[in-house]
This record gives sequence, structure tokens and C-alpha cells, in this order.
Amino acid sequence: MSTYSVSDATAAAAAAPRGSVRLANLSGSYGVGLAASLAWLAFGVSSLYWPDLGDWSRTDSLGIGAIVIAAFVLFGTFGADYLGGAGEALRKRAPWLVALGAFLTLWEVATAKFAWLPLPFFPPPQSILEVYTDDLPKLLDSVFASVKLQLGGYIIGATVGFLTGVSIGWSQKIGYWVHPVLRFIGPLPATAWLPIAFFSFPSSWSASTFLIALATGFPVTVLTWSGVASVSSAYYDVARTLGAKPSFLVLKVAIPAALPHVFVGLFMGLGSSFAVLVVAEMIGVKAGLGWYLQWAQGWAAYSNMYAALIVMSLLCSGAITLLFRTRDRLLVWQKGVVKW
Amino acid sequence: MVAQAIAQATAEAITYPAVGAALDIEGVSHAFDIDGATLPVLDNVNLAIAPGEFVALLGPSGCGKSTLLRLVAGLEKPRAGALREDEVRITGPHPSRVVVFQDPTLFPWRSVWDNAALGLEAQGILKTQRHRVDAVLELVGLTSFRNAYPHQLSGGMAQRVALARALVNDPKILVLDEPLGKLDSLTRISMQAELVALWQRKGFTTLLVTHDVEEALVLANRVIVLSDRPARITADIAVDRPYPRHRGDPYLAGLRKQILGLLGLEATW
Ligand SMILES: Nc1ncnc2c1ncn2[C@@H]1O[C@H](COP(=O)(O)OP(=O)(O)OP(=O)(O)O)[C@@H](O)[C@H]1O
Ligand SMILES: [Mg+2]
Repeated sequence: MSTYSVSDATAAAAAAPRGSVRLANLSGSYGVGLAASLAWLAFGVSSLYWPDLGDWSRTDSLGIGAIVIAAFVLFGTFGADYLGGAGEALRKRAPWLVALGAFLTLWEVATAKFAWLPLPFFPPPQSILEVYTDDLPKLLDSVFASVKLQLGGYIIGATVGFLTGVSIGWSQKIGYWVHPVLRFIGPLPATAWLPIAFFSFPSSWSASTFLIALATGFPVTVLTWSGVASVSSAYYDVARTLGAKPSFLVLKVAIPAALPHVFVGLFMGLGSSFAVLVVAEMIGVKAGLGWYLQWAQGWAAYSNMYAALIVMSLLCSGAITLLFRTRDRLLVWQKGVVKW
Repeated sequence: MVAQAIAQATAEAITYPAVGAALDIEGVSHAFDIDGATLPVLDNVNLAIAPGEFVALLGPSGCGKSTLLRLVAGLEKPRAGALREDEVRITGPHPSRVVVFQDPTLFPWRSVWDNAALGLEAQGILKTQRHRVDAVLELVGLTSFRNAYPHQLSGGMAQRVALARALVNDPKILVLDEPLGKLDSLTRISMQAELVALWQRKGFTTLLVTHDVEEALVLANRVIVLSDRPARITADIAVDRPYPRHRGDPYLAGLRKQILGLLGLEATW
């Protein structure tokens, strides 16, 4: 008797959540997907329905593009079960798509259609789209120049910083000489060197590389150093009793143990080197996204400015994502690392 | 498997294979400086250990047992006296004297297999000796965890990896600092049997620190009792019983009572 009631109860308990999950699916995730589709539809329709207040050539493409996206979201939402990973990804991002669609609609209406926001300073979405289609070669050249400069400086700075950090963390003699220099020069913002760098280096490109390397090198050095210095002596004891030579202690004990710190340094160095990159491009190098921004501002081409800013933010975010991916690869042994 | 190993080992136990080294501790005193004051930890410790002997060190907590093991390992130099391995003065660490520390101190960035392989890798002989790592992981029963990282192990499993990491080097002197302290009592009993079997098969000299009087009596040829800090040797007791030993052996029970008395715990027995 009692066994029956127990099994009945478990069966009922098992059945109940299933039904409610179904319901939640319909009202929750389908609902959000539907809302996302509607938001993008509103964006498309709003840009097609009202006449533009200014003279923009991409309004129709923008409107049609938005409606196409709305259609994709709609199909994706109801076909999610057949789309596998893509469907799941869409479902996860649906709330964001709602917010984005609503924001773009508002932006479109507030700028191109009723000019609630003052016009030259707040360009509508279609004028930014216009920059991407009509000014693409120049923008791509700038992206290429920026990436080249940033990558060169960052790699040099990170390498030098890492080696310096390991050296002073390991050898007291090297620490004696390098530490005061580091304390004196390190905290100085790299941009303070701009004037000196630009007249003492043979080219503005090498000067900028130096500055980016400097901005990267300082945090990488300090964190590598503190990472190496904080390695528990118990690890060295273990390795030494097992016959490890000093080179093994550095390469196989100190460096892997310090790696989590090193990545914090690399992350901080990335942030400060972006700042230097933009300033250096604005002031010295006549190429790159920083220069493009400066140029756009000089011509009061505000849509170009926004377009470049969006590209810049995607690049910076992409660089950080790449760094975090590398870290996750190398530090799988750590638990609970922050996801970017 | 355990019983089999013991049976196999007892057959060979009569003569020790000549792998173990002699260990001589001669008039060793040691102290630490804490906040300008000197803390004496070891006071004129004299101990001669024959090759292949299994010696257990018993003493109150904080008396200086781990410190003595660090001196044997060559990680520190004594303030006075000398330590010798096979008549050669110990001046630094050497892989012929391997320590299993009180904490497992596994390298968290290395998998279980890579942790066990540490000694061979450090000595530059891993390429040709990979099978030794596999064998030793088999011995401590962690073959299926070879790719796990230390944070995925239980405390007892980590301790077993630390034991494997030491054993893979085929040491002449195996120094153990409460290596079984974190194991549950069942695993502990089986690991004790494995340890004895291994010691009898390989013939290394063993120096074991433990808090557990019974463990000392089941495992060792000789039990050294240390005083409170600064540690002096208060008793040197031969445990002359064949292996495998039984916990209920009245002879061992008598020794246990005697040792607890030396440690000042007579009333609790
Ligand atoms: N590196 C050190 N610096 C200063 N004092 C130390 C150091 N290492 C150990 N000591 C001191 O030496 C004494 C003996 O320590 P040790 O670790 O040898 O004790 P133990 O007998 O192993 O104790 P337990 O059984 O609790 O592990 C302790 O009082 C400790 O505070
Ligand atoms: Mg201890």
C-alpha cells in the first residue's frame, strides 16, 4: 500500500514539471523571441514609414535590413528546436535583441524622423551605415594600421615585461638594480613620454611602438614579479628534493605558478596600451583609428566618428576576448575563473 | 591484492636487498629565530639508522619532527652536528632521499600523471622512464585519475599522489611526514600494508613521522620517541616482530602502553 502511494507521488512529481516547462517555453522564451522580432520590425518600419528629415542614402537598405533581421529572429525562435546550437544561442540572446531593437527604433525616431536630438551631433543609424558602405576602404586601412601598431607594441612590451618580472622575482641581484628604476619610471603614464618619444625616435611609428610597449610592460612586469615572488616555498622544496636544478625551478615551478598573475598583468597592460594607442595616433602617427577619429572630428563628420568608435570598441573587446580565451586554455587547472 | 602483496613480500623479507642507505644523525641541534628570539627545536639528536631499516618517529605536536626531516632531506643545514647518508655528509637535497611532506603540495597546474612524473622530469630521464610513472600510479590505485587536476581530488587521493611522486624515484631513503594522516581508516590500513610490502620488496631505508602509536608499531622495526620541544630522543624501542603484524598482538599492545606512557598519556589508555 505504502509503496504504491510513494511511486504514485513520484510519478506525479515527475509529470508536473514537464507540463510547466512546456508552458514556460511558450510564454517565456517564445514570447521573448517574438518580442525581439517585433522590436526589429518596429525599427525597420519606423525607418521606412516616416520621411527622413535629412538627406541620407541608406535609409531604405537600413529598413529592409532590419525587417530581414526581424524575420530571421522569428524563424529562429519557432524553429529553435531544429537549429541546434544556433537556436540555443538565439534563445539566450533574445532579451538583448529586444533591448537592441527598441533602442535602435528610439534612436531612429529621435534623430532621422523628428530630430528630438540635435542633428549633426547625433547622426541617425542610416548615416552610420552609410559610413560603413561608402568609406569602407579608408576605415579598413585605419583598422589595419591600428592593429599593426598595437600588436607590435603589445608583443614587445609583454615579452620584455614578462622577462623582467621573472628576473626580478627570481634574482635579488637583478631586483636590486631594476626595482628602483621600475618604481621611478613605471607609475608615470606612458602618454607623458609622448613629446620626448616623438623627437627622440627616428619615426613616429617607432615612437608609438615604444610608448605602447611601455604602457604594456609596466603592469606585466609588476604582476609577473609579484606572481613569482609569491610562489609558496613548499613547491620549491618538493622540486628540490626530487632533484630539480635551478632552471627547472624557474621554468617548471616559478613561471607556471605565477601564470595567473601574469594574465592579470597582460589584461591591465592591454587596457592601458589601448589608451596610448589612440592618443599616439591622434597626435603623432597619421594613420589608424585614433587618427580617423581626429580627422572625422576636424571635418565635423560625426557619423564617421561614431562608426569608428563602434569599430574600435569591437576590436578592443575582441582583443580582450582573445586574451581570456588564451588564459582559459592555459589555466584549465584553475577552478572558478572569471568568464569574459 | 593487498594480502597477496604482503604474502609475497614476507617471503623475501628475511634479507633486505642492498638498496637502502645508512643514515647517521650525529649530535644534531637546530633552532629558529622568531622575532629576534631563538627557538631551540632540536637538542643533540643522535640516531644511527642501518640500511633498509624502517624507523618511526613519535613525538608531541610541534616538537620538531618535521624539522628533523627537513634536515635529513638537506633542505636546511643544522646549527650544530652533522647528518650523513652512507658516510657522506648531507649538504643539500638529493633525489636519493625523497620526502613525502605533511601537506601533499601537489602542483595545481599539473595533472596527476604529470605530478607523479615530476622527479623523473626534473632529473631529465622522463622520456625513457614513462612506464615507471604508470606503474606507480597503478600501485596507489589512481590510474583512472591520471588526467585529473589536484583540485579535483579528495584529500586522501592527493596524499596518494604525493606518495606516488616520491616512490617513482626509487629512493634509497624514503622520508615520510605523516603521509597517511589524511586518509580514512580503511584506506589507511590498506596503504599501511602497501607501504610495508613496498618497503620489503624494494629495501629502501624508511623514516616515518606519525602521530599514531599503533601505526608506528605495525609498520616499523624501530620506534624513536621524542621529547617536547626542543626534541631529544627519550626512547629507542626495537619492534622485533615479523610482518604482517596484527593490531591485536599482545606484544604490540604492551609496547603501545609503554610508549603512551613515555608520551605522558598513560592515564588515557
Ligand atoms: N621555518 C620556521 N621558522 C620558524 N619556526 C619554525 C619554522 N619551522 C618550524 N618552526 C617551529 O619549530 C617547531 C617545530 O616545528 P615542526 O614543524 O618540526 O613540528 P612537528 O613536530 O612536525 O609538529 P607536528 O606534529 O604538529 O607536525 C614549531 O614550534 C615551529 O613553530
Ligand atoms: Mg610536522
